[in-house]
Amino acid sequence: MVFFILRRLLQAVGVMLSVALIAFMLFQYVGDPVTIMLGQDATEQDRIELRAQLGLDQPAPVQFARFVGNAVQGDFGLSLRQGQSVSSLLATRLPATVELSVVAAALALLVGLPLGVYTALNRKGRLSQAILALSLLGVSLPTFLIGILLILVFAVMLGWLPSYGRGETVNLGGWTTGLLTIDGWKHLILPAVTLSLFQLTLILRLVRSEMLEVLRQDYIKFARARGLSRRAIHFGHALKNTLVPVITITGLQLGGIIAFAIVTETVFQWPGMGLLFIQAVQFADIPVMAAYLCLIALIFVVINLMVDMLYFVVDPRLRIARKGAH
Amino acid sequence: MAALLARALDSDLAYAWRTSPVAIAATLTLLLLLTGSLGAGWVAPHNPFDLATINLIDALTPPVWMENGNPAYLLGTDSQGRDLYSSLLYGMRVSLLIGLASVALAMLIGIVLGLISGYAGGRLDAFVMRVADVQLSFPAILIALLIDGVVRAAVPTDLHENIAFPVLVGAIALAGWPQYARTVRGSTLVEKNREYVQAARVTGVSSTAILFQHVLPNVLGPVLVLATVHVATAIITEATLSFLGVGVPPTSPSLGTLIRIGNDFLFSGEWWITIFPGVALVLLVLSVNLLGDWLRDALNPRLN
Repeated sequence: MVFFILRRLLQAVGVMLSVALIAFMLFQYVGDPVTIMLGQDATEQDRIELRAQLGLDQPAPVQFARFVGNAVQGDFGLSLRQGQSVSSLLATRLPATVELSVVAAALALLVGLPLGVYTALNRKGRLSQAILALSLLGVSLPTFLIGILLILVFAVMLGWLPSYGRGETVNLGGWTTGLLTIDGWKHLILPAVTLSLFQLTLILRLVRSEMLEVLRQDYIKFARARGLSRRAIHFGHALKNTLVPVITITGLQLGGIIAFAIVTETVFQWPGMGLLFIQAVQFADIPVMAAYLCLIALIFVVINLMVDMLYFVVDPRLRIARKGAH
Repeated sequence: MAALLARALDSDLAYAWRTSPVAIAATLTLLLLLTGSLGAGWVAPHNPFDLATINLIDALTPPVWMENGNPAYLLGTDSQGRDLYSSLLYGMRVSLLIGLASVALAMLIGIVLGLISGYAGGRLDAFVMRVADVQLSFPAILIALLIDGVVRAAVPTDLHENIAFPVLVGAIALAGWPQYARTVRGSTLVEKNREYVQAARVTGVSSTAILFQHVLPNVLGPVLVLATVHVATAIITEATLSFLGVGVPPTSPSLGTLIRIGNDFLFSGEWWITIFPGVALVLLVLSVNLLGDWLRDALNPRLN
């Protein structure tokens, strides 16, 4: 198990380094920082001096090493468009994205899992059929369209919920949260529902198909023959064995939620990192793009690692197999 | 030719199609959308790009069945007075073409890399699959956004307008190739040990010919199913990018661009500008998805 985790850790570092290399090449080959900093009409002498001062005259591997060193400390330089340091820009936007993503993920799991189990257990039921048909629509509806529809219905026509921004926030030692005010929650509902819907349908369909597969297995028949209660069979035996693939996909989907937050944040003008990134793309703000890329990659890698480790918790077979091998 | 057609109509697939109402409905919807959008030049009642025929007085006309509706504008007009129904058809053409082109490119890259790495094995195989793994762990939309953003930063704005289409197609294709590569590689690993491949090798056929003439036809089945569903995903990705304002240039709007433009009028009550392109997008994606799902089930021998 230790070997397995070590190998995954090494792989994670490899992925991070390759992402860092892409980010580094962005800096290196897209736009010249010296021209950007000095303007078009600087003398050649000024350029050479600044180049030496910034270390841009050194060989590429040295520069890359320094880039990684700075990145590890969270230093990505200044945003070309806003003139502020990129890390502080991201730090002010991080809480909004994290809160939105976590609430959306919780919603997707808490609704998707029970619905998936329900539709698997009542395969022929009317309600199950209706839920499945709706879920296909959910997969076909692009995230931004769901957001627009929700805004049209709940903000424009009914006027029940606000449609943009985070509302009233409370500052808890540098972390601004909207979860402590009623206004903040009101602002969170529509974006969170929008963001969770796609993941919710995926989880629902996955749990359903896995559950159906497991229910056909022999040990379920034996459990029935032994006279165990339906409840014990369904939740103690069947659900438990569907969890491994569900955890994999759900874990990967959590990363997807953070990426799709870009779209949701744009629709609802939610002041998170995604909105910052999309503005950076529009204005070709390389430092912000590079930093966002590295941060997202880090989040993905950490989630994937956690998913891998969760296997050992959920699936005892893995632990035994590893022990037996040594 | 006639005999071939008769044989095709008599096949299992044709039978499965005839007996599935969902497949028939999806095909008919898709055909309708395809003729309307690809033949937009003939079908559309107005040309939304012809400034001479656009009248600002007609701006923000609601759909026909609402108060103040104008029979000349079936689904109403946008803020410039352009007929929404016509822009929608033209927009769908852009969406479809980009979707199809990017899937074709993704297939090409994926199939070639998958064939080569499955057949050659070794270091090359390990490298290609490693890259595919890493890429698959990131959502396609993020990768497409990034590629588009980098190109945007690298080329001057006036030039970008001209190359926006190929860049978008390339970005979506580069975000989608790993799935094809994996599928093709998997089947190639099985096929390369078959007797027909050994026979071809013994008779001195070159590796390229073996791969593309003998192995390729045998690994194409699952790829085509994958491609059908991928068309839907690619159309959504394009629409999303255009909605975010980094997709096609506003001079040739796609459905996503139309939705973005209409989004600004949502609060003033002109809902039709954004909702109709949205409905068109959903119809398009839903019919492709249903057809893809059906095709996958129909071709799966385990389900029959």
